Amino acid sequence: MTGNEAVAEGAIQAGCQFYAAYPITPQNELIAYMAKHMPARSGQLNRVFIQAESELAAINMVFGASAAGKRAMTSSSSPGMSLKQEGISYIAGAELPAVIVNMMRGGPGLGNIAPAQSDYFQATRGGGHGDYHSIVLAPSSVEEAYNLMFLAFNLADKYRNPVIVLGDGTLGQMMEPLKKVRNPESKIQNYKKPWALTGCKGRKPNVIKSFYMKEGALEEFNLKLQKKYKEIEENEQRWEESFLDDAEIILVAYGTMARVCRDVVDNLREKGKKIGLVRPISLWPFPKKVFHRFTGKADQRKRFLVVEMSYGQMVDDVRLSCCGKAKVEFIGHSGGGIPTGEEIIRKINEKNI
Amino acid sequence: MREKIIIAGAGGHGIMLLGKILAQGALREGREVTWLPAYGAEVRGGSAYCMVIISDRKIGSPYVEKADTLIAMNGLSLSRFKPRLKENGLLLFNSSLVTGKVSAKARIMGLPFTGTALKLGNVKVANVVALGAFIAGKKVLDKKNILRVIKDMAPQGKKDLIEINRKALCAGIGLINDKS
Amino acid sequence: MKKIFSRPESLKNVTTHYCAGCGHGLAHRLIAEVIDELNIREKVIAVAPVGCAVVAYDYWNFDCTEAAHGRALAVGTAIKRVRPDNIVFTYQGDGDLAAIGTNETIHAANRGENITAIFINNAIYGMTGGQMAPTTLLGQKTATTPKGRDVRFQGYPLNISLLLGTLPAVKYVERVSLHNPQEILKSKRAIKQAFQNQIDNIGFSLVEILSPCPTYWEMSSEKAMSWIRDTMTKEFPLRRIK
Repeated sequence: MTGNEAVAEGAIQAGCQFYAAYPITPQNELIAYMAKHMPARSGQLNRVFIQAESELAAINMVFGASAAGKRAMTSSSSPGMSLKQEGISYIAGAELPAVIVNMMRGGPGLGNIAPAQSDYFQATRGGGHGDYHSIVLAPSSVEEAYNLMFLAFNLADKYRNPVIVLGDGTLGQMMEPLKKVRNPESKIQNYKKPWALTGCKGRKPNVIKSFYMKEGALEEFNLKLQKKYKEIEENEQRWEESFLDDAEIILVAYGTMARVCRDVVDNLREKGKKIGLVRPISLWPFPKKVFHRFTGKADQRKRFLVVEMSYGQMVDDVRLSCCGKAKVEFIGHSGGGIPTGEEIIRKINEKNI
Repeated sequence: MREKIIIAGAGGHGIMLLGKILAQGALREGREVTWLPAYGAEVRGGSAYCMVIISDRKIGSPYVEKADTLIAMNGLSLSRFKPRLKENGLLLFNSSLVTGKVSAKARIMGLPFTGTALKLGNVKVANVVALGAFIAGKKVLDKKNILRVIKDMAPQGKKDLIEINRKALCAGIGLINDKS
Repeated sequence: MKKIFSRPESLKNVTTHYCAGCGHGLAHRLIAEVIDELNIREKVIAVAPVGCAVVAYDYWNFDCTEAAHGRALAVGTAIKRVRPDNIVFTYQGDGDLAAIGTNETIHAANRGENITAIFINNAIYGMTGGQMAPTTLLGQKTATTPKGRDVRFQGYPLNISLLLGTLPAVKYVERVSLHNPQEILKSKRAIKQAFQNQIDNIGFSLVEILSPCPTYWEMSSEKAMSWIRDTMTKEFPLRRIK
């Protein structure tokens, strides 16, 4: 199964009831899979698939389906994600759950269709207007892409917040076995949605909105959002780590890039080099906790090397998390090439970091 | 065991399918496997290639920087990807479409994939002839498992495809066995 | 004594923020009356626009959502698809439906979504302070056409209802007006028809309502009504379009 198909299948298994999207490479297999399987496996869920007229329409359809209380999702790739930002901001402002998948490609502008990780800032900083955050999850394998879809829908419902699943063209296109090992988190958690629009039979009317004109009302609402974000930051940091106990050099990478780094770690470990790896799985909230471990005096000899398919985006978060107490180096490029294992090893050796 | 393969040719050569059958076959043997296509705007006629990794251990990067085996279906893809073949790797190229002398620091085997397929009566199975040559040349996969994959992949109502592909696979194996 | 006139249950007992002589209050009320008469209040889900009617949900007594500017019909499409037993309508101004949301409008209509669109055409942008709308008449002065709308620079008024009428999946389009009691009653009938179509699963229905904006037309309320009658209906004739 390809990563795109695994995301789609994961979404269906996780109870996705509504999907709308506009075709864009390299996530077209995802929309095609949903077109085929959402109606065919509709069952009692009344699953709906719509090929929208634009990414704008797609994200706003997700807004509508979510307002109506359904598990709703859209997917795209970088240029399409720029168009979706309006809707994501409204979804965050109306506190609606939604899952948005971005299989990143090269930018800016039309860029190209090669894999990239250049939408890190857009995803983790909000992306649209206003003070908000989306939860951002970054799978690095086909199997993890499948499993994270459950988490994505569960977190979206739990916090009534948009969740972005951030992959890249490589993950979307590559095929890998999907063993569906039952991850304990890979089951549907049902959250009650008393706020949903269902028709006001037997209750007062519900209103979904993000508009607060009364003096002080918006600030009050924003403070409530900030409280929620704090709670998410406390509870939802996720990462994978290898060899941190004795590592002197720690690679930091997410998604596909982390796979290249894992090869480097395996390779250099065999040669006796004390090297480790941190792979953030949640990009927002960023797994600061793992870096906070290394800000004490005794850890000052640790060095971090951040590897990205972009020109230095996640490295900012690593630096902030290290609070200036550890040396943080960077290697990365995007636009077609990806940093290779050889290149990373060369950097480690030449810099002697 | 870790085998990294690049398969390259023109659009329409069945490059992606060849890689997929290979990957599925490895999966049947309980191996770890990744298949990664180079995706582009071209559908027919342009260049096409994919990368397959078969391993006993968890696979890190799905990118094949240096391949253990290169399967090249035409001259253009041969010259493009030859530099990415490891020293002493296996180079299988389609001698029906590649003219001139081929040199590389590799185990070079020029075999008539297209010619063999034409003899079988369907030019489209040249990719499966190449696959047969690969499994005979590298012995990392069992023929039985490949045949099962072909059977599973054949669309309903096109069962005659299974037979010609079986023949193509055996012919590919035969090409290697005749050489050695 | 028999009570012959009262507030519809679908309307909350609050004062609206609309200017004196504005048509929105009237249109809200007509919709509320129709919903009461069809006995569908508990099934209705409304999609409010961005524009002067942005807080319509404060006035209506049924489930409502906001939508980003222009996206009401995309939002409405999804609600109706996932809750086909509910009654979904959008309420949109000329900027929302026929400028920033033209794409969503045309495609929802072209897909034949079984929803009801109420389109308030007052030929001006009210909420932002009287700028040109896609439906602003030629020669009409606005904040962004200080010398009047000039066909050389701003093109013709967009007749979106006529355009939508050409789409095979669109089942009902009627243009009505609020400029006198007789037309108001006709408007109510058209609104009722558009909701009835949805109840009967007939398909996409749209009612365009010519509505006064005395504030930004810089007229008295009374004059605004006659301006609709004498001027606006020349460009936008009242009739059943489809």
